[in-house]
Amino acid sequence: MTLEKKLEEDYKYGFVSDIEVEEFPKGLNEDIIKLISEKNNEPQWLLDYRLKAYAHFLTLKHPTWQYPHVPEIDFQNLYYYARPKSENATPKSLDDLDPELLATFEKLGIPLSEQKRISGVAVDAVFDSVSVGTTYKKELEEVGVIFCSISEAVETHPELVKKYLGTVVPYTDNFYAALNAAVFSDGSFCYIPEGVTCPLDLSTYFRINAKETGQFERTLIIAEPGSYVNYLEGCTAPQRDENQLHAATVELIALEKAEIKYSTVQNWYAGDKNGVGGIYNFVTKRGLCKGDHSKISWTQVEAGSSITWKYPSCILKGDYSEGFFYSVALTNNKMQADTGTKMIHLGKNTKSTIISKGISADESENVYRGEVKIMPGATNARNYSQCDSMLVGSKCGAHTFPYIDTRNGSSIVEHEASTSKISEDQLFYLESRGIDTEKAISLIVNGFCKDVFKTLPLEFSVEAVKLIEMKLENSVG
Amino acid sequence: MIKISNLQAQVENNSILKGINLEVKAGEVHAIMGPNGSGKSTLSKVIAGHPTYEVTSGEISYEVNGKYNDLSELDAYERSREGIFLGYQYPVEIPGITNITFLYESFKALCEHQGADVMNEKEFRDYVISKLPILEMKEDFLDRGVNQGFSGGEKKKNEILQMLILNPKLSLLDETDSGLDIDALKTVANGVNSRKSKYNATVLVTHYQRLLDYIKPDFVHILYQGKIIKSGDFNLAKELEKTGYEPFLKEIN
Repeated sequence: MTLEKKLEEDYKYGFVSDIEVEEFPKGLNEDIIKLISEKNNEPQWLLDYRLKAYAHFLTLKHPTWQYPHVPEIDFQNLYYYARPKSENATPKSLDDLDPELLATFEKLGIPLSEQKRISGVAVDAVFDSVSVGTTYKKELEEVGVIFCSISEAVETHPELVKKYLGTVVPYTDNFYAALNAAVFSDGSFCYIPEGVTCPLDLSTYFRINAKETGQFERTLIIAEPGSYVNYLEGCTAPQRDENQLHAATVELIALEKAEIKYSTVQNWYAGDKNGVGGIYNFVTKRGLCKGDHSKISWTQVEAGSSITWKYPSCILKGDYSEGFFYSVALTNNKMQADTGTKMIHLGKNTKSTIISKGISADESENVYRGEVKIMPGATNARNYSQCDSMLVGSKCGAHTFPYIDTRNGSSIVEHEASTSKISEDQLFYLESRGIDTEKAISLIVNGFCKDVFKTLPLEFSVEAVKLIEMKLENSVG
Repeated sequence: MIKISNLQAQVENNSILKGINLEVKAGEVHAIMGPNGSGKSTLSKVIAGHPTYEVTSGEISYEVNGKYNDLSELDAYERSREGIFLGYQYPVEIPGITNITFLYESFKALCEHQGADVMNEKEFRDYVISKLPILEMKEDFLDRGVNQGFSGGEKKKNEILQMLILNPKLSLLDETDSGLDIDALKTVANGVNSRKSKYNATVLVTHYQRLLDYIKPDFVHILYQGKIIKSGDFNLAKELEKTGYEPFLKEIN
């Protein structure tokens, strides 16, 4: 196989589905926001919320503190809403979905139809601006778990949405949080009742298909006292020459003794080897450990997007609450990533753990940025951070910006960092012991990332390993 | 076992090997000696298939199941699977992979290639542990990262351990003696001698005569400016010890 062919095949999710969409006109203004709200049959309070967010957005300037160079984005030249036309007639069941939609998700490895659906995992499939379907809804309802699109939740459980929406990530939080609050079109909603261990893993699969369309989804997960949920997120997009914007907001709320595990394998189209095209992945993710003894863990494998800019964070409000952040961020070609976490300790005896592994190859730039903040009331708080970078080749960059702010003398904060290089000599060493190139790369990278991979659910970790190996194959040697 | 004829090789357009002829038969121990920069390490790396070196002329044929094959057809990992082993002068560190995992992956690759049953991880560990006393190594070596934080002597011992486990037909040991104190040198020599048989061969690359007091070669070759300028038996090494390289180089110049 020629190298070019191999490179082309590298992003196997780069296909475009031929689906007729209904798009709102390009541009960002109050009318578009009203249209989105109307399309989703939203109550007045939500429209008011959107408009307030938009008014605030208009007062903001695009941030400049990030490491990656973000080319100017013309927010008036984007579509904010694209919905498969077939979705207008709400399908009765997943089997009635537009066959082209079903085929698309099947091709992505996410079969939705009743007979083929993945066992053990309930999936909410988001296509462009709308959720097209959710599997295993009935099974989940039997134990009281609500798992549906957020637009559906607004209609069926308005009190829950109203109570929690924007409480962890207010629209005043940052530029993209304000934008998202104004124009979010859909996303997933999960509610785990008190004492329930969710019997299935919950998963959202995000697919951008339409051209020049931004995807702005909103995810809200609420875990009532003593409940447990394992949530997985996957994302892909077609190979296009134009950049596309994905600006999501994710809010997690864990009440007393509840635990939320949130895992992401992000594989948006990353642009070609010259840096043309790819997704701008600007996401605000934050979890609130509201109750005592609650736990939230973020695990992310960031392997796609031309620019990744996100900091899944935890606010540790409840006493004895714990936050975890495990991350593998891989950049190759001309990708840029600025990612990390914030751990805000408010409660007593709170604990946070940060394990970050950055791998940069080719001409990419990879940044870890993290903040550990111990507030005055957080007596006996503890944090352990470990940030390791691996360089593949000599034209890439790895950068670490840790911020530590301790306002309570009883806290213990540890930070370790390292930088290493995967070299031709390491590869040759393994090869000269009978291990082929592919296996050699996989051993080195797996060794580097194993502390993170072991926190992923098995099928995700297998996928993550394959994804990283494939991305690095052409970068080494 | 291996026949090298008129081998020429270069790295980044610098010609390093300028016509090497050498034959090594099963059961033999060869020593390749020569001053620094004469091409000794390059020769062993070229035989092992290091991609940095480009063979510009000549041939290396290597015997597999009674038939001689052109080695240039094989990648480094395939050469290893056919029984060629390179013991490094400077073994690299590979953090994150434990020594035992590395050994097992390597052992598995060789077994699978040979169509042999692979022992499970537990059995393999016991097998490796059984080899440790020969090299006076402790079990905790196995659970450390490959060569990570090892002393110079520990790295060399680790190379020999790999050789004992993988049981190659042709071992190329590049400056295995450098950086070893006398006790470690004896231990390493012990390891090499422990597997001497009529079925395998060893090529020692060294610019120091010291190692040859402990591993007695059948043949000694002096490499200079990319060519073998003199070959002889063990006495050649003794002569070298007395006179140094100078008289031999003069002969050439």
